[in-house]
Amino acid sequence: MSKYNSKYLEEKLKRELQAEYVSVTDESDGCGGKFSAVIVTPAFNGKTLLQKHRLVNSTLAEELKEIHAFSQKSYTPEEWEKVKAQ
Amino acid sequence: MNRICQSLLRQSYRNPHGLTAGASVSASMPGVLSRLFAADAVTGEAVDKATLDKLVRTNKVVVFMKGNPQAPRCGFSNAVVQIMRMHGVQYDAHDVLQNESLRQGVKDYTDWPTIPQVFIDGEFVGGCDILLQMHQSGDLIEELKKVGIVSELLKAEESKKEDEKAK
Repeated sequence: MSKYNSKYLEEKLKRELQAEYVSVTDESDGCGGKFSAVIVTPAFNGKTLLQKHRLVNSTLAEELKEIHAFSQKSYTPEEWEKVKAQ
Repeated sequence: MNRICQSLLRQSYRNPHGLTAGASVSASMPGVLSRLFAADAVTGEAVDKATLDKLVRTNKVVVFMKGNPQAPRCGFSNAVVQIMRMHGVQYDAHDVLQNESLRQGVKDYTDWPTIPQVFIDGEFVGGCDILLQMHQSGDLIEELKKVGIVSELLKAEESKKEDEKAK
């Protein structure tokens, strides 16, 4: 059981990463141990996949100590347009 | 986890020999190597950088995971195993659940908070999400090619093309 919920994580990611779109899904039936996230921000521009993921991991460093499983899809606005078009 | 990852997880690998292998038991799955390394031994302190520098270069692809390729003990580790299997990649696998020092050591080494962790040619590539994304985008085929591994998926695609030419 972690003290975090998807709304909290969404707000934090949006705020810290100036994300234009964030969607966090609680996959733990509310126990707060497992989340998946889609994050779209210009802060990812020019970054490699690994660098994007590192940026998110460092933003949520405190939270990830308690969250057992966190999976992310991290896109630049440009990549996100392509993903949506598919 | 996304849909594709979940569908990967559904097709869990059945161990034909019924082995419940430990950390460094030689892998029975064709194409998967699991050797005994000093760092696999259980010790008190986190495995140091010099040891990991060597460990990540023992094969072109090295995976730190929970469980072993025959019996992954985490959905994320299983997803990586399934991706490697699809591409026909030979790799060294280390079970961090058998060794807390290795688990902490590799996390410190990469400054990455989670397991599994995948290395290609000694370079840290990422965890499950990144591998899955590289698999979907085709980048994994390219990365494997750079280190001289021809993905089974690429071979399949090329033989299909040749078949079409022959027609």
